[in-house]
Amino acid sequence: MSQPSMSEALRGVVRRDLLLAMRHRSDVAMSVFFVVIVASLFPLGVGPEPAVLRTIASGVLWVTALLACLLSLGRLFTADYLDGVLEQTLLIPQPLAVLVVGKVFAHWVISGLPVVLLSPLLGLQFGLSGDSLGVLTLSLLLGTPTLSMIGAIGAALTLGLRGSGLLVALLVLPLFIPVLIFGAGAVSNSLAGIGSEANLSLLGACFLLSLAFAPWATAVALRIALD
Amino acid sequence: MFQTVALSGSRGERQLFSDISVTVKPGTLLAVVGENGSGKTSFLRMLCGLLSPDGGAILWQGKDIRQLKELYYAQLTYVGHLNGIKDELTPVENLKVSACLAGDESSNGIVQQALEAVGLGRPVQRLPSRVLSQGQKRRVALARLWLSTRPLWLLDEPFAALDTAATNYLTHRLQSHLSQGGMVVVATHQEIALPPDCIQHLRLTR
Repeated sequence: MSQPSMSEALRGVVRRDLLLAMRHRSDVAMSVFFVVIVASLFPLGVGPEPAVLRTIASGVLWVTALLACLLSLGRLFTADYLDGVLEQTLLIPQPLAVLVVGKVFAHWVISGLPVVLLSPLLGLQFGLSGDSLGVLTLSLLLGTPTLSMIGAIGAALTLGLRGSGLLVALLVLPLFIPVLIFGAGAVSNSLAGIGSEANLSLLGACFLLSLAFAPWATAVALRIALD
Repeated sequence: MFQTVALSGSRGERQLFSDISVTVKPGTLLAVVGENGSGKTSFLRMLCGLLSPDGGAILWQGKDIRQLKELYYAQLTYVGHLNGIKDELTPVENLKVSACLAGDESSNGIVQQALEAVGLGRPVQRLPSRVLSQGQKRRVALARLWLSTRPLWLLDEPFAALDTAATNYLTHRLQSHLSQGGMVVVATHQEIALPPDCIQHLRLTR
């Protein structure tokens, strides 16, 4: 009797979600535009003073990345829940936590990776130096997958509930705080000429911690949501 | 062999069924019948392991499915009330993805043959599923049965929205599965045109 290997199942979930994203390019484009517009509003609103812009850059760019992640969390499980694909996913003969990793990875590729790739360009608007742009990109590369991991728990916990968009924000925003502090701190330290290695290491630790616990917690929440 | 032992279930405060003990032997089909709201879908979802029973147990080859988990999922194919297909993908893409995730053969040729077996010709196979009728979407969902090599099929209202031709295709497929020693549990309102000796009925009442 046939049974997919763990890697086949993982690849299958990622491929399906990326294929769906390709068919819904407008959703991906909307996330990107959101980040660009929000990040561009601050220099316009605060004024062109380079020192002020450099001071707020890390916080603004990190909060923008965080909000972009939050906006896209609704897409993570809701469509699958409504069309019955989630039921089928729960019955795949591989650990659900592994399949959740696949879904979260696809979510990050769609919503987090574009932010990471755009970040040097966005950082230039705030007058960040070359080193700081590198740190910003690296911090987002380490931090945005963690945001997706944590966000998945909230998305699964609120699946099928009315007003889940607001509820998921209330649930996950407090959990995003450490990532925000370490991420923004890494860029601020770099701007101040202090080493940002400690903050980046902590972001890496947050990612590993979320990778260990979030898929398992999300899997449990999904089973509860369908029960 | 597939068994339920003193199975009981509820939704919210309402008791749907209790003390249900049935055995499905290889080569037999259990037709779960009853009025709307009698708990057929819940019963089927419970047999899949998607819902937790209030009491009793579901046994696969004598072992509780709650312990078997993924080992049990590898034995079953479930076609639920929802089709489990993506509107943005074509029938071929939908079937390829679900076959790949189930570990079934998912080559283009095999998938196209399965879709043709449910009466979906090549032109329809290339359309996005969102433009298909309810009956055609149901056919795409049921085409999974033509790829499945698993012994236990759990089907929730599989004949809903199907025309006579598609009903006949499905009936033949069920017959062929049963003749190979497969087991089927179907929640349905319709009579199934299969030999009476391979069908047993379970009536749920409100």
